[in-house]
Amino acid sequence: MVELTRRATFSASHFYWNEGWTAEENERVFGRCANRNGHGHNYTLEVTVAGDPDQVTGFVVDLKWLKDVMEERVLSAFDHRHLNLEVPEFKSAIPTTENIAIAAWKRLEPVLGSTGRAHLKRVRVYETPEIFAEFRGEA
Amino acid sequence: MRAYFGRRYMLSASHRLHSESLSAEENRAAYGKCNNPHGHGHNYVIEVMVRGPVDTQTGMVMNLTDLDAVVRTKVLERFDHTNLNLDPAFVNQVPTTENLCKAVFALLKSAMPPGRLETVRVEETENNFFQCWDAETDWIDC
Repeated sequence: MVELTRRATFSASHFYWNEGWTAEENERVFGRCANRNGHGHNYTLEVTVAGDPDQVTGFVVDLKWLKDVMEERVLSAFDHRHLNLEVPEFKSAIPTTENIAIAAWKRLEPVLGSTGRAHLKRVRVYETPEIFAEFRGEA
Repeated sequence: MRAYFGRRYMLSASHRLHSESLSAEENRAAYGKCNNPHGHGHNYVIEVMVRGPVDTQTGMVMNLTDLDAVVRTKVLERFDHTNLNLDPAFVNQVPTTENLCKAVFALLKSAMPPGRLETVRVEETENNFFQCWDAETDWIDC
């Protein structure tokens, strides 16, 4: 079993706000991230698939194909967007790094889960070089 | 749904790798330049990853500010800008980065709810790093 990871970047804006809370609660829990005017990040998306390399090609998956899947499924929806306002998953969930990782997994899994040889192992999203979240498909 | 949240911190400290149970020659053979008598220093990166369900109210595994507070009080304030050899954690063990990683893991684990801490990774330089986790957890990568 070999793991293969592909990295891509996207830039997006967001803010953290729970509609069920008062403004004071939102500011206490989310701090500067609760600014309703939003702010932005350069995110890094890391997608890891695991499998045995193909006998003929030596690939776990074709990297170009993986790049295209990431572009089509995630980057085209997230890059240069306001996550709260333009990405459907975040109508009902706060676009924290954790929830972005989960949303990216759910967008990728239907395609990457069907390659036969390889399966989606984890999705890691860096909000900054120092802050990241990871989802491994666990309940 | 269980997710993981990670954060990277930096601390600067000095150390000397030297074991009292080895002769001077054996120390030099084992540790090379790291055995130089007056020690040397590193900018260590401490990467802490926690796990847990994503809170539906906050969208978070753990609030960043809470994690920062634990790491600051338990690890950074203790080790940053210190000589690791003089810390009580390294009275009876050599302050290799393996042992620093274990010490940081133990300090953070004791300050967090059970099952919350996933991994601690300590990067001594850009080219070497060490990682600790609980053997009894289901951490199965590699």
